[in-house]
Amino acid sequence: MPVYLDHAATTPLAPEALAALTRELARTGNPSSLHGSGRRARRAVEDAREAVAAAAGAHPSEVIFTSGGTESDNLAVKGLYWSRVADMPARRRILCSAVEHHAVLDTVEWLERHEGAEVVWLPVDSDGAVDLAVLDAELSRDPDTIALVTVIWANNEVGTIQPVSRIVELAHAAGVPVHSDAVQAFGSLPVDFKASGLDAMSISGHKIGGPVGVGALLLGRAVKLTPVQHGGGQERDVRSGTLDTASIAAFAAAAEKAAATLGAESARIAGLRDRLIDGVLERVPEAVLRGAAGNGRLPGNAHFTFPGCEGDSLLFLLDLAGVESSTGSACTAGVPRPSHVLLAMGLDEETARGAQRFTLGHASVEGDVDALLAALPDAYARARQAGMAGHESSIQTAGTLARRALNGG
Amino acid sequence: MRVLAAMSGGVDSAVAAARAVEAGHDVVGVHLALSRMPGTLRTGSRGCCTIEDSRDAWRACDVLGIPYYVWDFSERFKEDVVQDFIDEYAAGRTPNPCMRCNERIKFAALLEKAIALGFDAVCTGHYAKVIEDADGNRELHRAADWAKDQSYVLGVLTHEQLKHSMFPLAETPSKAEVRAEAERRGLSVANKPDSHDICFIPDGDTAGWLAEKIDMSTGDIVDETGTKVGEHPGANAFTVGQRRGLKLGTPAADGKPRFVLEIRPKENKVVVGPEALLAIDEIRGIKVSWAGLPIAEVETGGEFDCHAQVRAHGDPVPATARMEVGGDQADAAGQLVVRLTTPLRGVAPGQTIVLYQGSRVLGQATIDAARSLQRAEL
Repeated sequence: MPVYLDHAATTPLAPEALAALTRELARTGNPSSLHGSGRRARRAVEDAREAVAAAAGAHPSEVIFTSGGTESDNLAVKGLYWSRVADMPARRRILCSAVEHHAVLDTVEWLERHEGAEVVWLPVDSDGAVDLAVLDAELSRDPDTIALVTVIWANNEVGTIQPVSRIVELAHAAGVPVHSDAVQAFGSLPVDFKASGLDAMSISGHKIGGPVGVGALLLGRAVKLTPVQHGGGQERDVRSGTLDTASIAAFAAAAEKAAATLGAESARIAGLRDRLIDGVLERVPEAVLRGAAGNGRLPGNAHFTFPGCEGDSLLFLLDLAGVESSTGSACTAGVPRPSHVLLAMGLDEETARGAQRFTLGHASVEGDVDALLAALPDAYARARQAGMAGHESSIQTAGTLARRALNGG
Repeated sequence: MRVLAAMSGGVDSAVAAARAVEAGHDVVGVHLALSRMPGTLRTGSRGCCTIEDSRDAWRACDVLGIPYYVWDFSERFKEDVVQDFIDEYAAGRTPNPCMRCNERIKFAALLEKAIALGFDAVCTGHYAKVIEDADGNRELHRAADWAKDQSYVLGVLTHEQLKHSMFPLAETPSKAEVRAEAERRGLSVANKPDSHDICFIPDGDTAGWLAEKIDMSTGDIVDETGTKVGEHPGANAFTVGQRRGLKLGTPAADGKPRFVLEIRPKENKVVVGPEALLAIDEIRGIKVSWAGLPIAEVETGGEFDCHAQVRAHGDPVPATARMEVGGDQADAAGQLVVRLTTPLRGVAPGQTIVLYQGSRVLGQATIDAARSLQRAEL
């Protein structure tokens, strides 16, 4: 069995979630139907809604079930933008952190290209935390032209936690609504929607032991949102489409479990993380921890850059040694690009290309950290030998032979 | 052995990888990203690095149950292959970018990274054969199916490169066989069309692509005696052997069609003449390399019989060759002088001449000068 250190990508299904999923899959009934089968399905969905609401510190009517984090982010950002512009056409500015997940980043870029939005990228410090002074300055500069603020609760690559409450305070003082992508934070940190003051917040099922393909947007009761998907008017007329009873029930089961064990699990996982970080830095002193230190980062996140090697070489060699990790950044056609998050934190491209992310979760045990620490030094030495792409090869070719002859070698 | 299978997304490399897996090797599939902006669709002729190709390669690896990675060699490719292609054309020569890619990317940059990461060999879907002699030295040979044989484009590989090369399609009787095998193995690329054109020129319009990158200015077209017979819009757009599109004002004395004999980039001149003068009898090659250990005559400077081939799908012709070392030549490793027993038509500087003895590839050189004995006597 390989050692799985990629819990930020997805987590193993919790037994409770699997039980709820299989139970509901075996039953018939559309929660919108009025007959007995429909009532039974609706009961399951509404039980789940209450459970998710309780786990996220929200009122049940604030839970809008979606297909996952990406849909929730799209719905929140586009829906808020459109409804704010509809109310007041001058509101074109979107204040967005430079370290968003692509589900938000690409959505605001799309709004800029197609819907007349003007994106203001909020810079971050070297840990990846949003610069509140810049946010404040942007908010006070003509607040009537701002549609929304969107800031990721905890970054998916480097794990840095943002000062969400402060951001909400500042934005609300200027009368601007705030959305946060809490996909990585929910289930790992105490995330309380009501206490945060957020207007909209995205969460996902499969990052917390639920199934893939289900998530939720938490949306304040007074917040107006223009729907992205039209149809039967389910979910407050904001997200049409037949509700996926089985996935929703399973998501709720996972959320309930995560909420019940949050304090103890966070402490346990943070302990593993600290041992992992210390161990990596001890065995590979060249490695540099990225993101905030200690409690400033997600309990399960450890992210490093390894100088002089390509992240994907390291990933490959660790995979070969039975340790599953990630370079942390998205790719096009599988071509690894330097992470926008690391670049925003001030790293140069070459440094950013040596990134490696190890993420722990509920299934992680001490032995996983041991396995990584045992495999890493050799993998790093080898990856470093393979070097950076783009340099000239030292293999003897027809060209190098000719050149050597020319130089009298 | 630990084998890195270079996967283009086509049927040949997929079947080659499958055979390497079946032979018991520990195989990992790698797709080379050669462009930072891969096209999303396959249009007409197929490029090497569309997103669809990457997905096809990935799917094949999943079916074979082997890991799959994409390695980005776009910068090296741009420098070593694309820019070289432009520079060569700008200098009036006709390069072969696929050979350059084999020389510098697949069996150099890729191979080097593979070795550093602990692999023993790079496996590709080329139709060619590697044979070991009694002492374990490697020789490169034509594939069993001479119609599909691709040993020409591998002729540039050195002894070191051959030591780490694996061509599992060597003994395949035909391409149809490879497709049938892919079908049997459940590989979705079984019926995917072959790639033909230059991968970085997706629409196949080489002249149009070059025109955007090379300064073209009008100049003279002269005949074999140096007399001006017309004008051209840019010398680099012409290739040796070309007949159409010359738009000559002055007809030839004998009234017969004329052909491009030579391009002189420095003078911006295109030389035309009768078909008979296209026949090349002697070729001088520079940047000589030997595929494996050189044969004895190379060291002694003696003349040897061989067959010469100047394009990927051209016919080999009988020839005698020898190495000429020393003098004031820029190429200190020596020049290859090849006398063609049967003259060849349309030989352009920049092309690669590959020498064979039977099925064995001896080595190659870049053509620096092609001489027509008839023309020399004028």
